[in-house]
Amino acid sequence: MKPATDYLLHLADNALVLGQRNAEWCGHGPILEEDIALSNVSLDLIGQARLLYQLVASLKGGNCTEDRLAYFRETHEFRNYTLLELPHHGPLSGYAQSSMDYATTIVRNFLYSALMALLWEALEKSANADLAAIAAKSLKEVRYHLRHSRDWLVRLGDGTAESHARTQAALDHLFPYTQEFWAQSPAEAAAISAGIGVDVTTLKADWNAIVDAALGEATLVRPEVGGYVTEGKKGIHSEHLGFLLAEMQSLARAHPNAQW
Amino acid sequence: MNASVAAAWAALETLADPEIPVVSLRDLGILRDVREAADGLEVVITPTYSGCPAMGQIEDDVRATLANAGIAARVVTQLAPAWTTDWMTEEGKEKLRAYGIAPPHRTPAGSNVVRFIAKPAQVETVPCPHCGSAHTVESSHFGSTACKALYKCLDCQEPFDYFKPY
Repeated sequence: MKPATDYLLHLADNALVLGQRNAEWCGHGPILEEDIALSNVSLDLIGQARLLYQLVASLKGGNCTEDRLAYFRETHEFRNYTLLELPHHGPLSGYAQSSMDYATTIVRNFLYSALMALLWEALEKSANADLAAIAAKSLKEVRYHLRHSRDWLVRLGDGTAESHARTQAALDHLFPYTQEFWAQSPAEAAAISAGIGVDVTTLKADWNAIVDAALGEATLVRPEVGGYVTEGKKGIHSEHLGFLLAEMQSLARAHPNAQW
Repeated sequence: MNASVAAAWAALETLADPEIPVVSLRDLGILRDVREAADGLEVVITPTYSGCPAMGQIEDDVRATLANAGIAARVVTQLAPAWTTDWMTEEGKEKLRAYGIAPPHRTPAGSNVVRFIAKPAQVETVPCPHCGSAHTVESSHFGSTACKALYKCLDCQEPFDYFKPY
């Protein structure tokens, strides 16, 4: 059971954390259509997270519920990729502040959706029938997320000098974080040997093909990556996840067992 | 089909979708089955989009409709096989069109991810539900809900929703 729940939490936390991040655009989108689009993408992601948390809760039994998993776990218990918890702007130092940058949002959604489109497709064959069913639904949704972010990547990259420069900067900032996709965690290894999970390194060539084709159309340059590989999926996070969770979890923690 | 199964189908036949009240849950393919389990009647529904906020309402509506008809049944949510817009009845599609929502095209056969993102050789036209013109353009991949895209008719100038193939 443990290989299954650890792996399912990794998938669920990815969806929840990115869903929460993207929802920050709700009411603040650069144009009305994008405000609505990002809110809809978030709705899909939070829906996927709920299905996965419900599955984990049913496997764990006892008093475990989807709400306990989302609202009452601490930062180090989350298993999402570090990429997904980063704010919607590049790195800052000291007390510097920045407004949200749509290029960062789009680049991240593109890099993640390109992976998940392939991963959900592969997970349709998971030995866990419930996970396979969730994968089949999520695949239909992520295809639209990928199409949305890819279209905007091309529009911004191959747009004005300003939009091109900001998209390239977002890509340079975020691309190194994708190294975490390919560094297998113990939870992933256990799920793969149980037949539940998929070895994402087998998807790398297809991911590269999707990314390179889009970057080419967008006139963007693929950054060279190397150096530190983040370990969010092992529970070692950046400082940004705590703030995200504080906002997301505060209401549920202030009113435990509330019903509405 | 025995009497209680038939009665449950009859009671739920016209139950409308809470978001698009002109179509029934049966038209949309959300109501999958009514069957007899060991411990009584079971009504099977399937979610549309994972995050569709109407699903909770749909389950409540099904329960209330059955209770009003005096039918004791359990409501079961089933994920597999995944809901697809291909299950929508022709009658349901016609009702959508009359309501001002362009009905979904059939989902592309055997589409895999790499083929899906490549530019289609021929973009399918979505006829305007108001004037029937094929001269329409997509304004946004996402419309008023996750299941719809926003289109605009270049002839009658009306914006409209397109129910996306899922």
